[in-house]
Amino acid sequence: MILPALAFYLFAAVLVLAGMLVITARNPVHSVLFLILAFFNAAGLFVLIGAEFVAMILVIVYVGAVAVLFLFVVMMLDINFQELRKGFLRYLPAGLAVGAALLAELGLVISGWVYAGPADSVRAAPTPESVANAQALGDLLYTQYAYIFEASGLVLLVAMIGAIVLTLRSRKGTRRQVIADQVSRRREDVVAVVKVRTGEGV
Amino acid sequence: METVMDIGLGHYLSVAAILFILGVFGIFLNRRNVIIILMSVELILLAVNINLVAFSVFLHDLVGQVFALFILTVAAAEAAIGLAILVIYFRNRGSIAVEDINLMKG
Repeated sequence: MILPALAFYLFAAVLVLAGMLVITARNPVHSVLFLILAFFNAAGLFVLIGAEFVAMILVIVYVGAVAVLFLFVVMMLDINFQELRKGFLRYLPAGLAVGAALLAELGLVISGWVYAGPADSVRAAPTPESVANAQALGDLLYTQYAYIFEASGLVLLVAMIGAIVLTLRSRKGTRRQVIADQVSRRREDVVAVVKVRTGEGV
Repeated sequence: METVMDIGLGHYLSVAAILFILGVFGIFLNRRNVIIILMSVELILLAVNINLVAFSVFLHDLVGQVFALFILTVAAAEAAIGLAILVIYFRNRGSIAVEDINLMKG
């Protein structure tokens, strides 16, 4: 009983600490690395609670794709980050005020929340007994939520096309292969037969 | 008798709430840096995911985890599009400061 509790507190503490460092680190590269740490610890929390599949997807998608994307952009753009940190202290009071208000509200919600009795009978998909988490999720995702699953695939497709269209640019001054020009070349345009007399040259 | 060592739904909700507030705080704190703002949005989405998964497990309803997967999808799409816009903006203006993004006079 005590070991899962200790693991929870460890993961939660590192998660909150990493989240704090993400928003306060001076160097954005460090921010991204702390973001990766936060994602790993959130995945640890998910494993602890018994949602292994979401945990693994979290590591693969967030750490493997999103965080690496952030890292690429931070490292490839030549940005003066010190310049961008100028208003840091100016916005601190407003941020603290909004944060405190939100914390108070969420605290009220969490402390005042009670488990309604009839909630058991209105479950959309009760967790099946003695079925692995990944299998149970798959059974649900590919049957009841198949259309939404395909729609999320479409969302990813649109995002991919959008990202490519946005960042694609045609540079001036580069020479590319134009196959239509090559195919439409005619022999008469480019080859000339010249009779060369002996001793005179072309 | 509920002790500190009994990890319940409230513990997970508290962690998610703290993470959510850190994300909101990060948006305010780094008002000028779009990259950190995008990372803060990722933190907020992670907090929402923790909420959904915690409710899903403690209420024995699997739909919460399905929702978490969809949120993950949308978050990935959002990050890709956001960073693509950031890259072309930097290419055009040579800066990513939020104050400079006023071409549309919005």
